[in-house]
Amino acid sequence: MRIARTESVTTHALLVLASVVAVFPLVSIVVSSFDGSSGGLSLDSYSTAWTQGRFGSALLSSALVSVTVVVVTVLLASLAGYALATMRVPGGKVILGLLLLGLVLPYEVTVLPLYELLAGWNLIDTYWALILPQIALSVPLGVLWMRTFFASVPQELLEAARIDGTSRFQTLRLVVLPIAGPALTTLGTVLFLFTWNEFLLALILVPDNAAVQTVPLALSFFSGAARSSDPAVTAAAAVLVALPVLLAYTVLQRRLISGLTEGAVK
Amino acid sequence: MSTVAPARERDTAPTPTGIRRSSRPRRHLTSLSWSSLLYVAPALAFFAVFVVYPIGISVWYSFYAYDGLTEGTPVGLDNYTAVFTDPDLRAALLHSLVLLFFYAALPVAVGLLLAGAMSRIRVYGLTLFRALLFVPQILSSVVVAVAWRNLLAEDGPVNALLRSVGLGRFTTSWLGNFDTALPSIGVVGTWVEYGLCMVLFLSGIVAIDRSTYEAARLDGAGAVREFFSITLPALRPQISIALILTVTFALRNFDLIWNTTRGGPGTSTTVPSLYVYQDAFQNRMLGRASALAIVLTVVILAVVVAVQLLLRERDGRGRGLLRRGPVRPARKVQP
Repeated sequence: MRIARTESVTTHALLVLASVVAVFPLVSIVVSSFDGSSGGLSLDSYSTAWTQGRFGSALLSSALVSVTVVVVTVLLASLAGYALATMRVPGGKVILGLLLLGLVLPYEVTVLPLYELLAGWNLIDTYWALILPQIALSVPLGVLWMRTFFASVPQELLEAARIDGTSRFQTLRLVVLPIAGPALTTLGTVLFLFTWNEFLLALILVPDNAAVQTVPLALSFFSGAARSSDPAVTAAAAVLVALPVLLAYTVLQRRLISGLTEGAVK
Repeated sequence: MSTVAPARERDTAPTPTGIRRSSRPRRHLTSLSWSSLLYVAPALAFFAVFVVYPIGISVWYSFYAYDGLTEGTPVGLDNYTAVFTDPDLRAALLHSLVLLFFYAALPVAVGLLLAGAMSRIRVYGLTLFRALLFVPQILSSVVVAVAWRNLLAEDGPVNALLRSVGLGRFTTSWLGNFDTALPSIGVVGTWVEYGLCMVLFLSGIVAIDRSTYEAARLDGAGAVREFFSITLPALRPQISIALILTVTFALRNFDLIWNTTRGGPGTSTTVPSLYVYQDAFQNRMLGRASALAIVLTVVILAVVVAVQLLLRERDGRGRGLLRRGPVRPARKVQP
């Protein structure tokens, strides 16, 4: 089939334009973060942001919270997803319905009682206040994701393991999880991005303890305070916050995107 | 951003091999297994304590006048009446409608336009385009806010561009001006979402059998006909997901607005989620905050269900918003 060359060129031009627009804001803060006060290129903004905005400690907090949430959620989700895909769970339909609801739920409806619950346990302004609710809010996506994967595992494989005399838990550990690598990686990446970027929960649940505040919160306070004074320093701070996420994305983007788009539509 | 991934009930389907029909493995798949609850319990416990229980408490609070310190008094539906009659809150709901256009309608439309164009050609560098278009999705909204505050500032690149092309009289402090603040936030939302829509639609386009297009072209279909007869129907599942994601993002959006305008100037960019935060943590009106949060939740659920119903596959029968299933679209273009 021959399609006019101009059509192909126009479409590619549109795609290039759309892609440029998508990355332009990011490029623009990277560029302005290198603006030296005397006009040349410099890294001064980064050292200023690093020391004034306490981003070192914020990055550590974010890493601690994100890794914990990802590891625990993936573990819980694998167990629950496995059961929901391969066993007849009593009340399974109700559980699935609740989890689906959990996917689209606005956090706003949970935060106020969450605050009071955690305040009652004296956990406000601690890491626990960031970690525990984040795990709970990641559970729906995690369980549904792993359930979809486990349901795609050939039934024969489970039966063969069963005939070989493994228990159900052994089947999960020795047969199914070893082939779940790609599904686990994609889920882990998605959960990492969500947790790393989460803002509202941090704003509400760790309002007064700078030592445990995560990078989005640190950036929000910092840019609110330093906004007008020095755009280059704010830009550098934003780049610092985005950097770990961009690194993870560069390494895992192919799996992340195809996993997300296929998983979403299936 | 989240995904909806309901898998088919694979576990109860008969095995195709037919071997060992009466073996134990099959039986354990068909009878209720109470021990399976042990696997589900840990995840469910977290979900119950930190999600389901708080929602229950919110529902409870929504029927009380409660400041978080003194004993609350039951007020029936007053909080809900307030949500729908308070002019400020009504304005916030209207702002959400404006944002729905920018956050959902516009990105889906842009995505569809490009998807339609791309369906007719072989796209080179698809992986790279996908990766770049997806970038706004992975950034923290605080980073996005910082970047766009720079772009839209009085002396920022957007105004510089306007001046350089002789449109200097349109320059303004985009996020600080009563008339432009809300649409400006809308544009930021469009920027965040259009790439996601395009990537979703791209994955749908790639899955369409090329011979369908070739057959349509042999039958003399043009670009527009191709789009409405082949591309659009085939993309129905992707459109449904895109709408659910973007609409949910629009309605529960807090971070972006908090970090760009805090609802200002005045109340020109306030949205319900902002009021939930302020009522709960600044004004100590916990009952009203809860009622508002619940109304917001119900609205989001209603929209999600509506989108699902409208765009659901119906085995190719001609109902719903888009008229045809992707299975036999080529027949429609027969002369």
